[in-house]
Amino acid sequence: MSQSVIELVGVSFSFGDAPVLSDINLAIAPREFVGLVGPNAGGKSTLLKLILGLLVPQVGRIRVLGLAPREARRRLGYVPQYPTFARDFPISVEQVVLMGRLGPGLGWYNAADRAAARRSLEEVEGLDLVPRRIGTLSGGQLQRVLLARALVSDPEILILDEPTANIDQRMEGDIFDLLARLKARRTILVVSHDIAFISGYVDRVACLNRTLIAHDTAAIDADLIHRLYPGDVRAVAHVH
Amino acid sequence: MNEFLSALADHAFLRTALLAGLLASVGCGVIGSYVVVKRIAFLAGGIAHSVLAGMGAALYYGFDPVLGALVAAVVAALIIGVVRLAWSAQEDTLVGAIWAIGMAIGILFIAKTPGYSADLMSYLFGNILLVPPRDLWLMAGLDLVLVLTVALCYRQFLAVSFDEEFARLRGVPVAFFYLLLLCLVAVTVVLLIQVVGLILVIALLTLPAAVAGHWVHSLGGMMVIATLLGAALTASGLALSYGPDLPAGPTMILLAGAVYVVSALLNAAWRAWRARRAGGAMMRSAE
Repeated sequence: MSQSVIELVGVSFSFGDAPVLSDINLAIAPREFVGLVGPNAGGKSTLLKLILGLLVPQVGRIRVLGLAPREARRRLGYVPQYPTFARDFPISVEQVVLMGRLGPGLGWYNAADRAAARRSLEEVEGLDLVPRRIGTLSGGQLQRVLLARALVSDPEILILDEPTANIDQRMEGDIFDLLARLKARRTILVVSHDIAFISGYVDRVACLNRTLIAHDTAAIDADLIHRLYPGDVRAVAHVH
Repeated sequence: MNEFLSALADHAFLRTALLAGLLASVGCGVIGSYVVVKRIAFLAGGIAHSVLAGMGAALYYGFDPVLGALVAAVVAALIIGVVRLAWSAQEDTLVGAIWAIGMAIGILFIAKTPGYSADLMSYLFGNILLVPPRDLWLMAGLDLVLVLTVALCYRQFLAVSFDEEFARLRGVPVAFFYLLLLCLVAVTVVLLIQVVGLILVIALLTLPAAVAGHWVHSLGGMMVIATLLGAALTASGLALSYGPDLPAGPTMILLAGAVYVVSALLNAAWRAWRARRAGGAMMRSAE
């Protein structure tokens, strides 16, 4: 197990009295592309925040790159589900991407930072967006910029929370094609509500509804979907 | 206007007042831009009003009221900031409480200060004509502290204003920079109180930066435009008030308010025109 870049052992977390996650065990290998699926309020975003060290579990142990999450966090790239900033903030795309190069040091960005920002925007096919103000971008363009911001520090692990929740389907395919290319060099953990769609891209699917139900194979069968989403759910054939 | 210019040549107190306005505009442009983009005007208002506690206490114990104001502003900023970081849900209640408690403490001290205490009005509404020349040096010093701190920590302040969660993930000590930013707001409040008094501070802190935000789309650009606008507003407010012998502070504020309203209307009209033109271009290309 020492090969795992992300390792959770017996992790439980609750907000006040409300349990969100219980007894989660998960190990992700280097350069693995893992999809995390499950119903709304199943604890997916919470699990990501635990891995990022933004939350601390009450029970259990989390190691990221062999370190405590807080210590590993600068080696991770993160794309949030909802932009946590005001869309009318007076800031250009370049400045947003440069933020991914921030460190503890004072002073200004240098030429190497700017070159990295351009490379990163090029990687997500968004170089033409450099001078644009963040508020003028479409949903898909904003998602590319946030991805570039996560990539600009050349992270070993990329963590994305519903990267395609606010964009149309064609764009969704583009973003996942992009992730499939990035996977050659990085470990990727992506949250999605669309189990059928992501199963065509990822190496492995982990299903989360307060507890992690299955994470050994990518086989998604009716029985699994039924356990995840109780009630009458029809499986939809989805072929790539 | 000519009358004002010749008076400026004749009277040293007018030159001091003009300089005080110009020095205050640096703070109102640089820190006001953060107040506007981070949407902490209410918080800044709380800091401004609680300053009366420090001024009252300084008056009662015989210290320099500006020093009392500075201490009270920084203490209020730290209390509000620490509580917000720890229990974010209670922020607005807390700001309201600090706002009123600070004023109450100040008024009690001033009431119990022996002797002539008509100065209360000039604390509340400011009197730029009574700024002592030695205070100009203090104001210049505070400006220097503001500008140097912002120049040094520009990236961190930008990250903390824009996206706290991401800043935290990049290893930026968010709590430290947030509290530092609030302390800079406190320093700016003290600068501006000299000019317009503590009740009107909030207008100078927000209006020039908001007007700049209508037209420029970078934080640095906002700071420059808001500083220049603040300088123009304080100088022309002073000039306008001189002839008819109006109080200078409220004249500046009304002028700033008028510029803000006109700018907001023009900006809305400009956006509508651009949207129509873009729509028209799409129609033509579709044909």
